[in-house]
Amino acid sequence: MVAIYEFVRGPLALISFAVFFVGCIYRIIWYVKGLDWRLDRVAYSTQRSLGIKGAIRSLFHWLLPLNRTTVNHPIFMGATYLFHLCLIIAPLFLVAHVVLIEESWNISWITIPDPIPDYMAMVVIAVGVFFLLRRLTNPDVKIITDGSDYLVLAIAVAPFITGILAYHQIFDNQLMTILHILAGEIMLIAIPFTKLCHFVLFFCSRIQLGMDYGIKRGGAHGRGIAW
Amino acid sequence: MAEEAKTQEEKPQDKRPLVSRVPVKDKEMLDLLLADRGVTYYEEMKKFPVDTEAFKKTLDASCKSRIRTWLKICAHCGMCADTCFFYLANDRDPKQVPSYKIQSTLGEIVKRNGDVDTDFMINCMDTAWGKCTCCNRCGMYCPHGIDMGVMFGYTRGLCFSQGFVPHEMKIGSGMHWIFNAQMDVTVEDYVETCEWMVEENEEYYPGLTIPVDKVGADIMYVVNAREPKHYPQDLAVAAILFHLAGESWTVPSKGWEGTSLAMFAGDWACCKQQVENVYAAMERLKVKRYVGTECGHQHRATITEGPYWAGRKSGDPPVPGLHYVEWVLEALETGKLKLDPAKKIKEPCTLQDPCNYVRNHGLTDVTRKIMSYIAEDFREMSPNREHNFCCGGGGGMNGIGRYRKERNIGLKVKRDQILATGTKFVVSACHNCWDAIRDLEEVYKIGIKWSFLKPILLEMVIVPDHLKPKEEEEGANE
Repeated sequence: MVAIYEFVRGPLALISFAVFFVGCIYRIIWYVKGLDWRLDRVAYSTQRSLGIKGAIRSLFHWLLPLNRTTVNHPIFMGATYLFHLCLIIAPLFLVAHVVLIEESWNISWITIPDPIPDYMAMVVIAVGVFFLLRRLTNPDVKIITDGSDYLVLAIAVAPFITGILAYHQIFDNQLMTILHILAGEIMLIAIPFTKLCHFVLFFCSRIQLGMDYGIKRGGAHGRGIAW
Repeated sequence: MAEEAKTQEEKPQDKRPLVSRVPVKDKEMLDLLLADRGVTYYEEMKKFPVDTEAFKKTLDASCKSRIRTWLKICAHCGMCADTCFFYLANDRDPKQVPSYKIQSTLGEIVKRNGDVDTDFMINCMDTAWGKCTCCNRCGMYCPHGIDMGVMFGYTRGLCFSQGFVPHEMKIGSGMHWIFNAQMDVTVEDYVETCEWMVEENEEYYPGLTIPVDKVGADIMYVVNAREPKHYPQDLAVAAILFHLAGESWTVPSKGWEGTSLAMFAGDWACCKQQVENVYAAMERLKVKRYVGTECGHQHRATITEGPYWAGRKSGDPPVPGLHYVEWVLEALETGKLKLDPAKKIKEPCTLQDPCNYVRNHGLTDVTRKIMSYIAEDFREMSPNREHNFCCGGGGGMNGIGRYRKERNIGLKVKRDQILATGTKFVVSACHNCWDAIRDLEEVYKIGIKWSFLKPILLEMVIVPDHLKPKEEEEGANE
């Protein structure tokens, strides 16, 4: 058990971080290299300032809940914003994580006091259940759902379930800790290869559409359109 | 039935196939297709094979990271569902969710790398033309910025390259290949129509001309082939308004047509040829600006997308391109055109925002400012501006017989939007929207009228004294 713990906490952690970072960078390079002003019909390079303006507009309105979709679907979009916020902030600023990183690589950053990430993890799980139920019941979502949707939901929520169990010392603590680290590593490795690649490609896609609207679809006219 | 049997008998065994992967570029083929009315065409299509090797090559060359990313990161969240007017008009049928429509067509094509069969491609065609007008509304509401309208435009190109394209669209692109126009109107026909319209109207507007190929004019005016073909009066009114506004303007002979059914058909090579014709006219005549008629997709094809087909890196046409509404507003604001305020439309009226130059070119406020000059009681549709719904007939939908039933169902959304304004008069500066609104009145009989801007402006415009007919002037002097 100790050997397994040492392995997942040591080399496997390093490997998964490496896969995650290299994979994400590869995705971004692949995306940008695949852009083609003629095929996409967007003058990316010659109309740069309009493009940048459009890109910023697009990110601003969608990273913040300042868009029509949020107005039309406040519950779903609210839940989605909350889900992502908690999913990123909780693990990044959890004291235990920062300490581990500091022990391994001698770098550290600010933390959030302890009960808060715990609540955030619960929020992630609760919204995850909401997503699951919605997939199973809403006919518009059901028709477009496939196996991969359940898989990525499970991959995303698993570190939080195991995290809570480990934190509250439910079941065998060492086993839970190992499972929790593994779940986190699976998520890191899955990001570049699955739908979870929207971790970086969301930004690419939003910037691209923002540029499209900014450059071609009227960015130079009137008040401009945010999308 | 008897007639059908007769035509079949008459056809020789070695008749030319109607369905093919190549565009129609000769008159004989065009006539065969026109005579067929789609009957044999769609029968032939059921047996037409998919060239999977060519399909793979096309995908490799054209399906790049933008589209692959859109297909991959779609979170299947369903936020696009109620943004689609087809979904709403079809009682929220899940099969009309944009994400479903694109994933089950282009998504599958990409997943299988083009290894699909005939039935699959026919379904693709029926989805790309019969369930989507490429209005791009869904793309504005997707949290991930996935524009399914753009992807259906691309899918149409794939379908076209494999021969799976609605009958009227095949003919449409063929017309452009042969006539450089969406209808069989030649340069001679067009120039004659211009002359005819001058003859018809110069008595009432002395000095009226339609200058053809005048080098160095300020404005080059480009029309939609429907106008010379079916509504020549529209051309006359355009001329009268330019004349009254004292514009230096011209129409080109070659390059007179700005629309592009090739764009709706997904025939990109033809789009390039078509738009280069118009650009060549701009350069040949050394004009300062382009003004297109009251057509939405003409503006999209010639001004918004055209530069890219023509390989113009700036993304701009050779000279600045204005939609007709932009010229009208400018003429009103600068006082070139003066309207009689007493003749403003008294009854409540509303305005249709065409997707092609509002959502897809940002001309959101231009038409509203024009409405303030012409209407006393203007009422907005809801939603409006870039959020407006497609008229229901865009993207070629109006012209395709195979999807008439689907089109008429789709019109319900626009019908209800108009009814909710409480008005009986719709102003529409777009041919497609105008047609769709006319047809929705024919189908649903809600008692509305509809109009382009030109006839309204002609009704209200104040003719400057020096441009009034002589007799009238003399009469006034006496």
